[in-house]
Amino acid sequence: MLQTLEVSPELIEQEKHYREMGLTDEEYQSIVRILGRRPNFTETGIFSVMWSEHCSYKTSKQLLRKFPTEGPQVIQGPGEGAGIVDIGDGQAIAFKIESHNHPSAVEPYQGAATGVGGIIRDIFSMGARPIASLNSLRFGPLTTGRVKYLFDEVVHGIAGYGNCVGVPTVGGEIQFDACYEGNPLVNAMCVGLIDQKDIQKGIAAGLGNTVLYVGSKTGRDGIHGATFASEDLTEDSESKRSNVQVGDPFMEKLLIEACLEAIKSDALVGMQDMGAAGLTSSASEMASKAGMGMEMNLDLIPQREANMSAYEMMLSESQERMLLVVEKGREHEIIEIFKKYSLEAVAVGVVTDDKQFRLLHHGQVVCDIPVDTLAEDAPVYHKPSQVPAYYKEFQAMAAYEPKVDDYNATLRQLLAQPTIASKEYVYNQYDSMVQANTVVAPGSDAAVVRIRDYDKAIAMTTDCNSRYIYLDPEVGGKIAVAEAARNIVASGAKPLALTDGLNFGNPDKPENFWQMEKSVEGMSAASLALDTPVISGNVSLYNESNGQAIFPTPIVGMVGLHRSTKDITTSFFKSAGDVIMLIGQTAAEFGGSELQNVLAGNYFGKAPQIDLTVERKRQDQLLAAIQSGIIKSAHDVAEGGLAVAVAESLFHQEQLGAELELTGDATAELFSETQSRFLISVAADQVDALVSLVDDAKVIGHVTDSNQLKININDKEEVNQAVADLQADWKGAIPCLLKSKA
Amino acid sequence: MRFAVIVFPGSNCDRDMYHAAKDALGEEAELVWYQETALEGYNAILIPGGFSYGDYLRCGAIASTSEIVKSLHREAEKGTPILGVCNGFQILLETGLLPGALLRNKELKFICQHENLIVQNNKTLFTSAYQQGQVISIPIAHGEGNYFCDDETLASLKANNQIVFSYQNNPNGSVANIAGIINQQGNVLGMMPHPERATELILGSEDGLNLFKSMLANWRESYVTNA
Repeated sequence: MLQTLEVSPELIEQEKHYREMGLTDEEYQSIVRILGRRPNFTETGIFSVMWSEHCSYKTSKQLLRKFPTEGPQVIQGPGEGAGIVDIGDGQAIAFKIESHNHPSAVEPYQGAATGVGGIIRDIFSMGARPIASLNSLRFGPLTTGRVKYLFDEVVHGIAGYGNCVGVPTVGGEIQFDACYEGNPLVNAMCVGLIDQKDIQKGIAAGLGNTVLYVGSKTGRDGIHGATFASEDLTEDSESKRSNVQVGDPFMEKLLIEACLEAIKSDALVGMQDMGAAGLTSSASEMASKAGMGMEMNLDLIPQREANMSAYEMMLSESQERMLLVVEKGREHEIIEIFKKYSLEAVAVGVVTDDKQFRLLHHGQVVCDIPVDTLAEDAPVYHKPSQVPAYYKEFQAMAAYEPKVDDYNATLRQLLAQPTIASKEYVYNQYDSMVQANTVVAPGSDAAVVRIRDYDKAIAMTTDCNSRYIYLDPEVGGKIAVAEAARNIVASGAKPLALTDGLNFGNPDKPENFWQMEKSVEGMSAASLALDTPVISGNVSLYNESNGQAIFPTPIVGMVGLHRSTKDITTSFFKSAGDVIMLIGQTAAEFGGSELQNVLAGNYFGKAPQIDLTVERKRQDQLLAAIQSGIIKSAHDVAEGGLAVAVAESLFHQEQLGAELELTGDATAELFSETQSRFLISVAADQVDALVSLVDDAKVIGHVTDSNQLKININDKEEVNQAVADLQADWKGAIPCLLKSKA
Repeated sequence: MRFAVIVFPGSNCDRDMYHAAKDALGEEAELVWYQETALEGYNAILIPGGFSYGDYLRCGAIASTSEIVKSLHREAEKGTPILGVCNGFQILLETGLLPGALLRNKELKFICQHENLIVQNNKTLFTSAYQQGQVISIPIAHGEGNYFCDDETLASLKANNQIVFSYQNNPNGSVANIAGIINQQGNVLGMMPHPERATELILGSEDGLNLFKSMLANWRESYVTNA
């Protein structure tokens, strides 16, 4: 019989056992002050998870307050399971992104799978049916066996869970850079559709109402997962493998259907997913939000293993569990629904009015904490911030001037860079079409899912070029938001709002905290300028391995609305004879570029500049042009610059080619990563109409039926390649790297 | 025409199948929970894709032991058209209504993409609206769609014209490029590709719609004949 030995309150204090749970001496002392006594083992554990960065945002809270969170389109801002935006017709979209980095670093399959499962639960716990999943992944270079293993298993995990649960994985992005080698990032986003009248909140209202535990039994998996997520990864993180939860997507599928059926019953008062910090956070947050208390009898909790202690049950992160509050006397109505799906639904507690979080186990009170103190009295830290030396050095540098001899070879090299190369190997493993609503599957700028029974659709994207953010967090933060919005607009939709997945290093290092501050400032400015408020999000700190922080990586997940399915536009050229146009001017900007990565092997100098007024104007004008019906294709010009964007626009339909006439510096024209640019194509007779709608558009060439890409610069032919060859490089790069010997 | 869509725990293409019959085809359709036992009164039965029982044990194996499968056998004998897609095909194999087995894809990875299928037999009640040899684009989404049977079974499938659809570019290693087969009686079709995902142009293809139209046309014909 396995039983955890628990230390006494006295020993916890004397031997500072709270430190092992992640609490500081000061935090422990304030717990003693709150309780007026020393906390016991279970209570110490409960405080430690609720006050972990993962649950309390104690370090990032003051920064998150800077985000604009309001707008007429916002129905639910940050604070609930997910944010919600209005899409008209009484409907709304709920969405959120969440990280699962540390679990994925030690157990990639289950880490990624449970990341997907967790974010899906956040969506249906609001009452929304999950209609799409996206992800954003970061790995080291695909050259070592370990990275290949992490990459393959993360993808398998996302596929294994997402495919089974029946939510299409419609989009995502992957970046490969050395800083992620020991600490990959796995951020999962879920988008749900809901009728506004069905919106559900995670509250435990109504004195005497019953607390129902629903779903999988509680086991010893994932204990202290939230605390693990709030520390640096080190050599012995491998020993945390048992901290990683194991997912059961079949159980989740049953839970989705049962919970969405339960939402329709007015016997249901509130519902919340047991995510990070499991039973502890769901129960205490539901009570706290309702201004109530809660009492639970832990003997009644369905348990997978014998002799689980109160501490283990409260800190377990076993997956596929939900906590419901239902009207007293009507429990059977809800229990019946779960029974239909062969799911356990057990009354484990009641809502009280004394604002205490009280737990009973074997007849003893094992926890008695003022519930608000768990959520509201968590310490708030104002960490010192300091401009890093590297930033000053980069700002002082002369602009990086890449030397390119052979433009053909460089283009092919860029297309084969894993960050740019086709991700077909990845997304073909995801069921992107289940639910039969996917209009634009992975591979274009944004994914598009139509809303059944209406002539409208939703565009979704995840984006974040962390190289720019590393070089200049404020400018890079602006770019991350602007680029996500650019993807949405290029697909023909109006950007509505965003969810942020903030991934940073250890905030105790002032340089890291400065990166956080500045990138949040940049993102806030862009969110305001582009009218895309931040309605939900997640913070993942301590993304370091062996003392080395990742690039600051605040991932933007954005959702937009197509007012009509007629507006849906892809990035691919459509027919020979169409005119290719570039919106925006090109400058020589190579700091943080893929070309810099190829030629110099690292990133330095200044990030590309961005003017948010120009950005907004171009996005508005392009959207108006798309809505007027004259745009055949639209593509955001991003990593690798214009030449890569043109090539990508050709990789969809066989037999098309393109001829471009450019003037200026060849390297900049082809490969610069100047912001706020779009590559579009229109029918030849629509050029004038386009120019009357969009200010900074100029003709740069036309689509041909030759299957060749030819680019003349200053009347000299610099690029002439068979599209089929370029496509083979682009498609083959990732499978080829995976096959080559490490 | 009334379609039944059987919903097992873990089915996830049930609504897609329902919408294909109800909205794209414009006929009646009902979702039938697997604990129901009666399947009388429906003119056709659709077994959707997904991961019934999480694909635990073996794809389709647990679903094939449910009570409703007895009714499925009865309906199959009566000649009611039965279509199983993806996990529905796996269930039909596990119930023995169709011969053979589905193994893991040859590359051992889940594959989701559009595939070109060749209509090998358009003289079935599921394919009469297609031309013989017609190439149609229908998506696949499966990890275990690699059809396998012994030589004897394959010879018999060929001899009886039971191979209804084959892949133009075999994505999963299936024997004889098989994408879909029918029983000897001609009323039970199992296929890995998803015709219900290809019933509207906005989804990239409407080549699957003719499968449902064939079923409708044949039902109308038999209704007139039997009336």
